[in-house]
Amino acid sequence: MAGTAMGGTRRNPWAPWLLVAPGVLWLLAFYLLPTLALARTSVGPEGVAWYDGYQRAFTDYGQHLLRSFWYAGLATVLALLLGYPLAYVIAFRAGRAKNLLLGLVVLPFFTTFLVRTFAWKTILGDEGWLVGLLGTLHLLPSEGRLLSTTWAVIGGLTYNFLPFMILPIYVSLEKIDRRLTEAAQDLYCNALEAFRKVVLPLSLPGVFAGSLLTFIPAAGDFINAELLGSPNQKMLGSVIQGQFLTVRDYPLAAALSFVLMTIITILVLIYTRLLGTEELA
Amino acid sequence: MTPGHRQPGQRRWTGWMLDAYAALVLLYLFLPIFVIVAYSFNKPLGKFNFVWKSFSFDAWRDPFVFPALVEAMKMSLKVAAVSTSVSLVFGTLIALALTRYTWKGAGPVNLLLVLPLTTPEVVLGSSLLALFLTMNAPTGFWTIVIAHIMFSVSYVALTVKARIRGFDWTLEEAAMDLGATPLRTITHVTLPLIAPGIAAAGMLSFALSLDDFIITLFNAGSDVTYPLYVYGARRAAFPPQINVLATAILVSSLLLLGATVLWQNRSLKQALVKE
Repeated sequence: MAGTAMGGTRRNPWAPWLLVAPGVLWLLAFYLLPTLALARTSVGPEGVAWYDGYQRAFTDYGQHLLRSFWYAGLATVLALLLGYPLAYVIAFRAGRAKNLLLGLVVLPFFTTFLVRTFAWKTILGDEGWLVGLLGTLHLLPSEGRLLSTTWAVIGGLTYNFLPFMILPIYVSLEKIDRRLTEAAQDLYCNALEAFRKVVLPLSLPGVFAGSLLTFIPAAGDFINAELLGSPNQKMLGSVIQGQFLTVRDYPLAAALSFVLMTIITILVLIYTRLLGTEELA
Repeated sequence: MTPGHRQPGQRRWTGWMLDAYAALVLLYLFLPIFVIVAYSFNKPLGKFNFVWKSFSFDAWRDPFVFPALVEAMKMSLKVAAVSTSVSLVFGTLIALALTRYTWKGAGPVNLLLVLPLTTPEVVLGSSLLALFLTMNAPTGFWTIVIAHIMFSVSYVALTVKARIRGFDWTLEEAAMDLGATPLRTITHVTLPLIAPGIAAAGMLSFALSLDDFIITLFNAGSDVTYPLYVYGARRAAFPPQINVLATAILVSSLLLLGATVLWQNRSLKQALVKE
């Protein structure tokens, strides 16, 4: 859709560069440069082995790193199981209510992230109605807790990043030509087969984009773990934050942050290699 | 011959199950919202509004009794206003460059836009702090604004780009051929065309700024925004006024969203009538 440029800039090859200059310079100065500063900080002051921070990162906090990716992975799978059917219903079965339902999906996220997570603390609390209900139904042992458990943290992560899963899947489902599923059914596929052979493959780009957009913030998050978990559920983000802002062991903190970034960048690169950046945007 | 093994009864049944499942997921999405709104009417026993005690309008009658909370809210609104204005300009210019020119910079610029969105906030926040520490720059209001502009530019550029892809830019040339000056062309043709995209991007950017916690935490110094206040409240006191403000933010974004939809429908109609 490269239209012709307008009048004064009609044949000026510099025009696009000038247009992007302020924003791009900002991103170079406050996204790219900080990454270099992070790398520089992580190798520590002179006189200390450059890998010292990294060594301590892996030996002391390897379990937090693993836990973060494990929780984020589970939350992503749960978000997919919850989000895909909802996206499917909105795209294929909602009719005129489509826009209303999309609005409803986004609406909860107009309240502050932190306040929402505190609300989960209330819902899952020991004196809350949910614990009472589950106790009465004998689904939870007496003295059993929901709050401060691994599942509370994973549930919170799933909740907070669910729209990032639903919206890309919805977009990819919405693009599917309805005649394709009709054709499949005319060719003797039943509804399930038509879904498996036509709809699901065509929606995969949305599933991948949604998974990435859920997994990345979930892996770096520490609010859910701090508010809904106990110290046993501490995630890497908590450690990075504590080391940077409280302990002020900058090389270690920067090394931890750099490791997290590197692993996620590799995942993103694999993703973009496979599927391109269009779906992410 | 009708398609072989379709079973209408069974299909209606699975469809119904699917709808019910989707409704449950929506309920899950709304559960905390009900709690937030309900607990703004709570009269908690102690300092922490986490357990239901009794219904009361107290917090709504006095939403501003906590000066620190009010200051934090003002700070958040200021940060959001400044960062949204700047990132709207930067982001819209990038979107225009990406949609209207074919040039070799498009690929790298696109990548640069997507990268911040695919970097965890804790990394974004800590890298910026590492930069400010390296430069011995004090953190506070302006470093928060810098950080918010950084992540908003991407959202604005991508939102505006998505909205204006495939526009008919020959309208501009037509305006100029008919004697409009470049400035007049921009104010009378270009801006009205891209305005809905900019409005959507502005609301998104404002909402993201108002809501941001992790990046802000790293770069706030001793300044306190609304989310930072809420975070601190978990230790000292968590009054229902926090819920009142959260509910107010929710309601005002709803109204704003409704107004924009109406406005966009109206300008769309006007555009059609004019044609």
